[in-house]
Amino acid sequence: MKEETALFEKEFYEITNILKKLLETSNSKTVLLIDKAGQLICSTGDTRDLDLLSFSTLSAADFAATAQLAELIGEKEFSSLFHQGEKESLYISMVANRVILAVLFDQRTTLGLVRVRVKHATNELEGVFRRIFEKIEKPVKEEAKIFDEDFTKEAEEEIDKLFG
Amino acid sequence: MALINYAAREINCKIVYYGPGLSGKTTNIKYIYERLSPTIKGKLVSLATEQERTLFFDFLPVDLGTIRGFKTRFHLYTTPGQVFYNASRRLILKGVDGIVFVADSQRERMDENIESLENMQENLSAYGMKLEEIPFIMQYNKRDLPNIASVEELESILNPWKVPYFEAIATQGKGVFETLKEISLRVLKHLSQRAPT
Repeated sequence: MKEETALFEKEFYEITNILKKLLETSNSKTVLLIDKAGQLICSTGDTRDLDLLSFSTLSAADFAATAQLAELIGEKEFSSLFHQGEKESLYISMVANRVILAVLFDQRTTLGLVRVRVKHATNELEGVFRRIFEKIEKPVKEEAKIFDEDFTKEAEEEIDKLFG
Repeated sequence: MALINYAAREINCKIVYYGPGLSGKTTNIKYIYERLSPTIKGKLVSLATEQERTLFFDFLPVDLGTIRGFKTRFHLYTTPGQVFYNASRRLILKGVDGIVFVADSQRERMDENIESLENMQENLSAYGMKLEEIPFIMQYNKRDLPNIASVEELESILNPWKVPYFEAIATQGKGVFETLKEISLRVLKHLSQRAPT
């Protein structure tokens, strides 16, 4: 199995639409989808004051650490995490055992509503990710176009420019 | 596990600095952070104890530039070196695309280096990964201290794979960018070699 996660336009827009719908129906502030290694896949909602890279990394680390805690007490996993703040709260859950869905919300909504909407969105996202993983297993034409010998050459040039 | 987003035209790769406690992993990342222009680096996140020992990880995103129209970003992580933080260390290796092993050149730290290397391989195998299949280089740090082992000794004990090595004095920045440059190149080359043709 290939280890990379590759996202193509069709699925990317499907995912974005699911996240947008979740944002609206749950009345949340921001919705992020992050891979298990801590890399942001996509986001929607208000991200102006948010350091997205740090947020993604820490959410993934948070979820991973919690999964280990679950194991220590004999649980297979904790399927979701909830952090309550004074003004804003964070709800994190796992999708398709491969990606992490993080929802930031404030007093305009409730944890109950967020939970219900996340469940719906998770089902939809699982369908999309199943297709993505099937695609990744097969050789991908689009990918081959990018990773030719020019890729390595351009990579070398950029790295030289950056590090001298 | 690089993340390639064809819609947003982005490539994200994860590089992990591994090694025994106090070998200088965080010092490497901090030097990189201080020297890079603000336009290409993100925030340095450090999850450390009050004594500045890494508790979970340090994290620094670096924008490499645009390759074939794809914005390429490297996520640099350090692991906590102290032996008892193995659970956290293993978590950091999840989805790793390239590893820099930062060894402490001091003779009295040789056992810790060996132990950490073995521990790294065990942790990789927990994810079904083998060191031989991942871009991997060595950094022999603290070359300015007295009582250090020679590079030949370090090579014979720590580097049976004969992967490239760099001598470094991370506190002065020596060897830091050379190491980062080499692992960056290897990760990107590896990515292109794995792609179907």
